[in-house]
Amino acid sequence: MAISPVLPGRGRSGEKFGKFIGIGPFVFFLSTDIPLLAAMIETLYEGFPAWEASANRFADFHVGVHRVSGMRRIVRRQAVFDIDGFRPFFPLASGQALMMLEGGLNWAIAENISFFLVIHAGVVERNGLAMVLPAPPGGGKSTLTAGLVHRGWRLLSDELALLSLEEGTLSALARPIALKNESIGVIRRAAPQSWMTPPMPNIEGGDVIYLKPPADSVARIGERAVPAFIVVPRFQRDADAALLEPKSRPQAFRELADGTYRLSLYGRRGFETLAGMVDRCQCYDLRFSDLDAAIQACERLTRGALRR
Amino acid sequence: MQARIDTAEPLLRAILAAPARLQELSGRDWDLLLRQARASTLVGGLAHAIEQDGRAGLVPPEVWRHLEGERRFAQRLAHDVRQEVERVAEPLRLAGTDVILLKGAAYVLDDLPPAHGRSFSDIDVMVPRSDIAAAERYLKISGWRSKELDRWDDRFYRVWMHEVPPLVHAASASVVDLHHTIVPLTARIQLDARLLFEAARPAALDPTIKVLAPADMVLHAATHLFNEGEFDRGLRDLVDLDLLLRHFGQEPGFWRRLLARAEQLDLGRPAWYALRYTARFLGTPVPEATLRESKRFAPALPPVMDRLFERALTPPHPSCRGIGTQLALTLLYWRAHHLRLPLHLLIPHLLRKSWKRGAGAGQVAQPGVPNLNR
Repeated sequence: MAISPVLPGRGRSGEKFGKFIGIGPFVFFLSTDIPLLAAMIETLYEGFPAWEASANRFADFHVGVHRVSGMRRIVRRQAVFDIDGFRPFFPLASGQALMMLEGGLNWAIAENISFFLVIHAGVVERNGLAMVLPAPPGGGKSTLTAGLVHRGWRLLSDELALLSLEEGTLSALARPIALKNESIGVIRRAAPQSWMTPPMPNIEGGDVIYLKPPADSVARIGERAVPAFIVVPRFQRDADAALLEPKSRPQAFRELADGTYRLSLYGRRGFETLAGMVDRCQCYDLRFSDLDAAIQACERLTRGALRR
Repeated sequence: MQARIDTAEPLLRAILAAPARLQELSGRDWDLLLRQARASTLVGGLAHAIEQDGRAGLVPPEVWRHLEGERRFAQRLAHDVRQEVERVAEPLRLAGTDVILLKGAAYVLDDLPPAHGRSFSDIDVMVPRSDIAAAERYLKISGWRSKELDRWDDRFYRVWMHEVPPLVHAASASVVDLHHTIVPLTARIQLDARLLFEAARPAALDPTIKVLAPADMVLHAATHLFNEGEFDRGLRDLVDLDLLLRHFGQEPGFWRRLLARAEQLDLGRPAWYALRYTARFLGTPVPEATLRESKRFAPALPPVMDRLFERALTPPHPSCRGIGTQLALTLLYWRAHHLRLPLHLLIPHLLRKSWKRGAGAGQVAQPGVPNLNR
């Protein structure tokens, strides 16, 4: 692995943005020399605890997106993500800076945290009960999460479930939600009052936008939640509006284990924590073609309409 | 600011030498300490050092959770290493060859202090030169495959270095490096590997596996650190040396044996560096008499080498590596190659290496890149 150290004072110009931001159980120092990105950070992370760069404090990670120096800067206006002086990814166009930052934050948490189990799943909460939404690709997890959140469910995360090894509870990040392609229109119609960034080109093609988290979810970031439901969303255009099917626990465990970052490194403790969560939850597959119907199905669950 | 980066004692090194100084740290200092530890692959090692010194109470919980978490990961990895070693040992037993386990895997199997909090990559083993072809054959029968290398690198590995190109296991993706000595064939220092095999001893946790004798283990670590030109893990390697010396130093007669063996194997110079810099930078309790007696191995210009290594044995982090350090690293890189290769091979090799490096190396785009904490 090659380390490209980011030496202070090189390749920067314009006002540099740098702040400590508390995101759930972590503190990140975020920095950038791209004014548009700085403005978006201020808006999307409004209400999160923040400290000035001069504050004498500890941050779990120092991350940033900065313009690449040299020819690339002039010809192609590129920027790159860096973390603790290390650049794990190729540069992208400056217009995709927010995507680099959010993707980089996900990577920092998923691949560099050893004191939570980190699962690739959305987490929402209602009536004190948390619902974990594991993420098969194209399953519609983010769309469903965004839909539920704008119907009053609390957002813990749209991407990363943080499961405590000691207590088995879930911790919140309440970060902006990434929406792609058709989902953008769907959520814009469902929640016209929510704040969205302008669309930017996704690496895989199509568009992506980021949705500002609801102020209530941000205010309640510190509240941990007890897992009660595991619901695997599978969007299918030609399916019923929404169909909730009970799922066996061993199957749910297998899918969650597949979606847990670096599970083998946690050894037996990791296995037992994950199994413990599955044991305590009701597990379902949710096939849907209509977002409203899917949301209603989830709401019925928490009202106890469907019991195993 | 630049001047201070290249002259001040790095925070991580100061803390490793004296963990009690943790009580002097403020928020910003803890921040820097963790980042230097990450860059040095010493997060787990730092956790272990702090615990051994009984200072865990001085660490704020938001910092300690990183250290403790990585230390637990390291324990898990050490457990896995023992399984992986068996995948190497079994074919070599069938081949009937003498085997010595080296470096990190040896620290685990022999239950030595450097094993704690450590991350692992390859498994290094040494077999007698005459058995290397058979060893490679039996490993390949058991599912090990050559990593893909171009013809130049393959030839370079086999003929001029002391290694068969690394072998990867088809199922577990572990990597094994087969050696037949501990310095390259073409090096100015020639070493009789038979002496190493004669002195080898059973590993504490698995007597069917052999590891180097204590003095040889120290000398191997010293040669690896001070004669090869890569210092990304320089500080971590120095910490390993410190831990080995403290551990073996408790055995009566160890220090005398160490110097005698250094003389016998013609590894006096690396031994001089190891004793001098562990004592100086990490406070290793090397006996005065030993330091005095090692003077006969000293280089021509100690102050020059002191300055170079003082800079190289630092965390690879911008907070402690400015342009002065970059220069020191370049000089030590050239020195290492000069030690390994005669001039008529050195120049083509370096030219080719720098061409490859310039052609685009270093960055990885896809997920699954290694993590920062190790």
